[in-house]
Amino acid sequence: MKLRGRVWKFGKNIDTDAIIPARYLNTSDPEELAKHCMEDADPEFPNKVRKGDIIVADSNFGCGSSREHAPIALKAAGVACVIAPSFARIFYRNAFNMGLPIFECEQAPRLIEEGHELEVDANTGEIVDLTTGESMKAQPIPPFMQELIRDGGLISHIMKKIKK
Amino acid sequence: MSRPMTIAEKILADHAGLDYVEPGQLIEVDVDVALGNDITAPIAIEIFKKTGVKEVFDRAKIALIADHFTPNKDIKSAEQVRLLREFSEEHAIVHFYEGGDVGVEHCLLPEKGIVLPGDVVIGADSHTCTYGALGAFATGVGSTDLAAAMITGKTWFKVPESIKLVYSGQLQPWVSGKDLILYTIGDIGVDGALYMAMEFTGPVIESMPMAERMTMSNMAIEAGGKAGLINPDEETRQYVEPRAKREYRFFQSDSDATYKKVIEYDCTEIEPQIAFPHLPENTVGISEVGTVELNQVVIGSCTNGRIEDLAVAANILKGKKVAKGLRLIILPATPRVWADALAQGYLKIFSDAGAIIGPPTCGPCLGGHMGILAKGEKALSTTNRNFVGRMGHPESEVYLASPAIAAASAVLGRIGSPTEL
Repeated sequence: MKLRGRVWKFGKNIDTDAIIPARYLNTSDPEELAKHCMEDADPEFPNKVRKGDIIVADSNFGCGSSREHAPIALKAAGVACVIAPSFARIFYRNAFNMGLPIFECEQAPRLIEEGHELEVDANTGEIVDLTTGESMKAQPIPPFMQELIRDGGLISHIMKKIKK
Repeated sequence: MSRPMTIAEKILADHAGLDYVEPGQLIEVDVDVALGNDITAPIAIEIFKKTGVKEVFDRAKIALIADHFTPNKDIKSAEQVRLLREFSEEHAIVHFYEGGDVGVEHCLLPEKGIVLPGDVVIGADSHTCTYGALGAFATGVGSTDLAAAMITGKTWFKVPESIKLVYSGQLQPWVSGKDLILYTIGDIGVDGALYMAMEFTGPVIESMPMAERMTMSNMAIEAGGKAGLINPDEETRQYVEPRAKREYRFFQSDSDATYKKVIEYDCTEIEPQIAFPHLPENTVGISEVGTVELNQVVIGSCTNGRIEDLAVAANILKGKKVAKGLRLIILPATPRVWADALAQGYLKIFSDAGAIIGPPTCGPCLGGHMGILAKGEKALSTTNRNFVGRMGHPESEVYLASPAIAAASAVLGRIGSPTEL
């Protein structure tokens, strides 16, 4: 699977309150959450983001709360994937459970700028910055996580096993 | 065949039915308790319903607690609580709490003996790591993981590395578990324990009362930790024995277990800590704070809302008044804490001082209700996070501290210490 999109750049320690402020957690409707995605980090983001766009951020992306509303909001807003040197562990787990691809890549925030066009090979983890020609490699996704994505998320994975 | 293991590894191996586990290994474990609240359980419930599965795996091993946006904050929140209530009725969930029964989940569950030493606990709430203080492997997960556990009674884990933190020396006056964990996060950073099981050890921990142990374990997630465990001992037994209604087990780290990192702290050097906006790692000792005028102080939450925390606050507020123009909001974390605070005379002290006394709720900690900040306002709080917009307007500020510092600051009208009163 290849992903291609325009980059939005964010910094270190983008926390779940920035991704979706808690004041909106009285709903779990993806459409509603999408309207407030990244709002406290960039109030214009919900209006600017287009389907297929890619977020490139610095270390510890998704730190803070366990709220699944965070990857839900990102996916519903149209974000195709997130690339960062490291991810907070609950967010990492939630993203795979939701089927939001994320890629751990040390050099990404240093080499990629906002507005660049990226191509990501989800199977190999190869990232190509089409604007600069620079290419880099993300950590391979562990086989079990690949299984989750192939099965369409954790619940589909479990239901397959139960039905056997 | 075996290997020396840390307490985290031992609990995981036991629950995976394995003789031993190694960091990095992927395992499937039996879950003793799976919990969720009014903002995270609705998603799990919707997922559960979509699968068509008829029954939860064990109605006594699931806890649903309506504590975040309650007493019902608005219509949408009331509907979320209703979802929990109806699901709990349909599936005869033993541990459903709302209304006059509900308390902040990570204070309520240990208080009622629902989570115990040796347990594997997963919760759709990041501060589930609190129960590590009892010697359980407890970690936060998302709503989908909660749904999966409600169906199967199991969850998957990658066995974490363990990081050992050793606390020795003599605590300075007014220094508590909150200060030690803030100091630690300030030292190692908000991702200093990323993916690791933190293990709090040393003579200071061994002589620390359970309430403060829970404060420390509560904030393991703020250093990126997967869990934050304390080896159980006599203090644990005294806490757990009168509350447990089922068997529990004490696991202990082997003396020759290996850790990714070992860090030693001489607590003699540590003064009360304040985490400045906008990260829990942005810590400063009280002597270096300078003048920070406050609009609000909050005492409560799963971090510091227990009776012991209120006792510290009452001791400082007795006979004093809250500074003019400052809002002091006190939220006893459970109905039992509220009742004890009343019986002990603390609520009268708080009321006489001019504090606002609220119900058990998470409320302002996550910018929900019961004390939200306007643009430009500053609050000092005994809670656990101070990211941008955490307690209200994106241009408000939250400072994190202990109940002692919070109570003193409420009187002074600025960040300060009980020694100044």
